Amino acid sequence: MNPSVAAVRATFGSAIGRAVELCGDTIVYVDPARLADVLRWLRDTPGHAYDYLVDITAVEYRDRERPLEVVYFLRALARATDLRVKVELDPAGDLAVDSVVSLWAGANWLEREVYDMFGVTFRGHPDLRRILMWETYAEGFPLRKDFPLRGRFSRAEQVHQALNANPEAHYSLEELSLAEVQQDLPPDMVERLRRGERGAVPNSE
Amino acid sequence: MGKHEVTGIASPNWLTTRADALFDRVKQWLDPAVNWSRANSLWPMPFGTACCAIEFMAAAASRFDFARFGMERQAFSPRQADVLICAGRLPFKLAPVIRRIYDQMPQPKWVISMGACASTGGIFDNYAMVQGIDTVVPVDVYVPGCPPRPEGLLYGVLLLHKKIKGESLVTPGLREEHPLDERGLRLPPATIDEISEPFGNSLHQFRSA
Repeated sequence: MNPSVAAVRATFGSAIGRAVELCGDTIVYVDPARLADVLRWLRDTPGHAYDYLVDITAVEYRDRERPLEVVYFLRALARATDLRVKVELDPAGDLAVDSVVSLWAGANWLEREVYDMFGVTFRGHPDLRRILMWETYAEGFPLRKDFPLRGRFSRAEQVHQALNANPEAHYSLEELSLAEVQQDLPPDMVERLRRGERGAVPNSE
Repeated sequence: MGKHEVTGIASPNWLTTRADALFDRVKQWLDPAVNWSRANSLWPMPFGTACCAIEFMAAAASRFDFARFGMERQAFSPRQADVLICAGRLPFKLAPVIRRIYDQMPQPKWVISMGACASTGGIFDNYAMVQGIDTVVPVDVYVPGCPPRPEGLLYGVLLLHKKIKGESLVTPGLREEHPLDERGLRLPPATIDEISEPFGNSLHQFRSA
């Protein structure tokens, strides 16, 4: 068992759930409300110093009773030590956790990917948009278990929507911010923002 | 183009008869020359999205060398290309891109769909993948395989040569570019649904629900 688990449990007490060791990896479950604090402590405390966020992903199990998990893969580069932090969310409830972009800038796209595929919203994320699917994708979140394998729409509808997407309609956060300040957003982006696309794509259900 | 009985100048359809005779001349002399030159100087526009593109590169490289068949110059601009070779799977996100590339190519133009994924969606029968690029652009030659060996692609190119040599300048509608409805589809929605139907092993996919 990774010694960081005992240390973080001593610091945060009941916010730390169970910890398991699997195939040499340590997995520790954390209360979603304290996630950002725990990760900050793990990153900043000398002797632990998990300075590298390898990946963020999520898991939804086929067992409906099991919660949806958001997984953080941490690595302490100097000590060559890994730690996996999980938070459990109720798939039927509000899927939201705090963003860790302020801790690791690299979390930006990772959280966007989890949002894109699972619909988990990250509170405080500076630019929570879809990253893999195109921004006008309206079928929902493809890696959720209730998502049909071939998508919700018919193939003809999918082809139709894809052909009507504008392949050049990509805007960086900087472009968006500058254009917003100058009241200079292109009309299609205004329309997309009006539909609440950045930050909250309306659920297709 | 109906073929009329040639009865001489006294025919009531004198003009039509002359036109038919002209078309016959075109078919006899001009078509073979034009088609010969077209078929033997195809400039390919590679649209490589996956592992088929590796085989495409092998087909272009020295061992297989499709320059032997007049494809010496690869056109990396659609404006100077004759044949679009889609090598690899096409996600929905790329569908407007390949359509735009196809639209940018000048006539006459042809499309080779290389590999199982480009032709049918292949193993990727899921929410993100176009089930055959023929739902997006018209396809002339399908090359099966996963991926096809370079010989397979070369065979497809030779089939395309054969097809080009059978074309005629006087065929109406041969170069019709936009048989589309206003929704941007190339085929009727029912046809797209039909050719996108799962088949083979895809029928046995399941996912816990």
